[in-house]
Amino acid sequence: MSKLKIGWFSFSCCEDSTIVFTELMNTHFFEWKKKIDFRHTKILKSNNVLEGLDVAFIEGAIATEKDEGEVKRIRAAARFVVAIGSCAVNGGPSAQRNKFDKSKQEKISSQIMQFGLNDRVKCLSEVIGVDSEVDGCPMSEDAFLTVLDKYFTIFGVNNA
Amino acid sequence: MHNIDIDLSLDGLSKIEGHGALDLKVRDSKVEYIKFMITEPRRFYTTAVEGKSCLAAPAHMSRICGTCSIAHTMCCIEAIEKALDIVPSKEAMLLKKLTMYGMMIRDHALHLYMFSLPDVLNKDSILDLDESDQKENELLHQAFEIKAAGNNLSKLVAGRAVHATHPTIGGFLKVPSAEESKAMVAELKKVRPYIFTLLDIFARWEMRLERETTFMALVTDDFSFLDGTIQNSKGHRIEEKSYADHLENVVIPYSNSTGYKFEEGNYFVGALSRLNLNKASLHNGTKRDAGKYLAMFPSKNIFHNDLAQAIEILHSIDHSIEILENTVFSLEKRQPPKMKPGRGVGVIEAPRGTLYYLVQIGEKGEIVNAEVIVPTQQNQINIENDIKAYVEQNLHLSKEMLTHRIEMIIRAYDPCMSCATHFLNINWI
Repeated sequence: MSKLKIGWFSFSCCEDSTIVFTELMNTHFFEWKKKIDFRHTKILKSNNVLEGLDVAFIEGAIATEKDEGEVKRIRAAARFVVAIGSCAVNGGPSAQRNKFDKSKQEKISSQIMQFGLNDRVKCLSEVIGVDSEVDGCPMSEDAFLTVLDKYFTIFGVNNA
Repeated sequence: MHNIDIDLSLDGLSKIEGHGALDLKVRDSKVEYIKFMITEPRRFYTTAVEGKSCLAAPAHMSRICGTCSIAHTMCCIEAIEKALDIVPSKEAMLLKKLTMYGMMIRDHALHLYMFSLPDVLNKDSILDLDESDQKENELLHQAFEIKAAGNNLSKLVAGRAVHATHPTIGGFLKVPSAEESKAMVAELKKVRPYIFTLLDIFARWEMRLERETTFMALVTDDFSFLDGTIQNSKGHRIEEKSYADHLENVVIPYSNSTGYKFEEGNYFVGALSRLNLNKASLHNGTKRDAGKYLAMFPSKNIFHNDLAQAIEILHSIDHSIEILENTVFSLEKRQPPKMKPGRGVGVIEAPRGTLYYLVQIGEKGEIVNAEVIVPTQQNQINIENDIKAYVEQNLHLSKEMLTHRIEMIIRAYDPCMSCATHFLNINWI
């Protein structure tokens, strides 16, 4: 049976959706092992490959130039990209500093420079093309399973 | 032995929470430098919360971390309750303990089964366990049933396992029914025997790294991770409200997080410290059935942090069963908190160690100032010193093996990089 080749990535966030992903394994692990080729999932393994992904699931917002470059490499390696959780979908709490008033902006300005952070935190679609979104803080379990099932169908995994 | 030079760079540590990296340089068989780097961008939570209502603060600060979000919720609530002179009811305290236990079971099980167990079994991933092998198949089923039990206990008591919705200032918004408690007890009793397999695996693991350091933890009288006195292996006893006065914030220029020293020295916080300092307070059922494993503590072996976490899962199950079997919860009528200016300190034991919140509240109940010290910040210097000691004692290993072992040491700490990059405050020294 052909498997869905996935990657799971995270950027600036609390990784709550990654934790939900690992908790969904409590009921889906044995099914997913049959259906999914976990090609790049650092939360689960050390030997990861960033090429030939059917779907890249990306959690978190983009806060540095380095991360912009990294997420573009992921986009280039994947046929579809799914934004996972509020920070990826709309910037979420990770982008809260975008709305800081002047005094708070001044308070953090030296660290923005010191740590090479971008002036603005961006949601995923501001940096790369996004094919699907799973919103929520953390992501909705049902919405994620629906999106995953969609890609199982697109890649013929459900029917194999 | 001839002099050895090594240059090692680990970018993108795996099987940990968040993002970290490490650079190591060895010249003439001596570690010239080691840089353990927390590479997640800062998210400025303590600045963002300023001006918000204290009623909204626990849910906001919960977003510092996904896996230990409940620890942030509970510690923030404790600090605000103290600032507002709110004393939680007996029922609220029981629900708080159950909330902590649900988190500990789920979070420790995630670390032990999905991150550390592959190291013990000499595999890369839990995905590599062989379902056709009876023992490995049983381990997989046990792993997910224990994780689910912790998850379900959190959902029952706290509303969700990630970013809990029931705990609030002054109590809980919903309580378990008698039927729900009964079903939860049955689930906890079903998975309890599985813990002994886990205990045996980590007790037999031959990995060893011992080094002189200070072990520090909040010592509680019933091992419930919530209230007590901060103690360490050198005999210090510190009140919760004074904890930060004893810590020195240290800038680590190559890391996105600052570190901490206690009285100019490195120290360790986490399950190993809790077991070293407070095993006598574990639940009687745990002490009765896990005696041979408890006899291994106190221990200086950092890899026994895994064994300590497994013991804490057993304790969390035992005490949860006792509370659920002996309590009929009633949804207490809560008065809206009376706002007033105040300052409160919350200290709890998060899964990875001591968590500190200082909250200052203004006249209208707004947050004026918040400071947070998380476990991984406190362990950062200790991690570097442990790796340095291990490398200098094991230069005979191949570079590949040394790299693998360094990752194992870091994983044994169960670090949480998201937690460590939440904040603004730096004291330049």
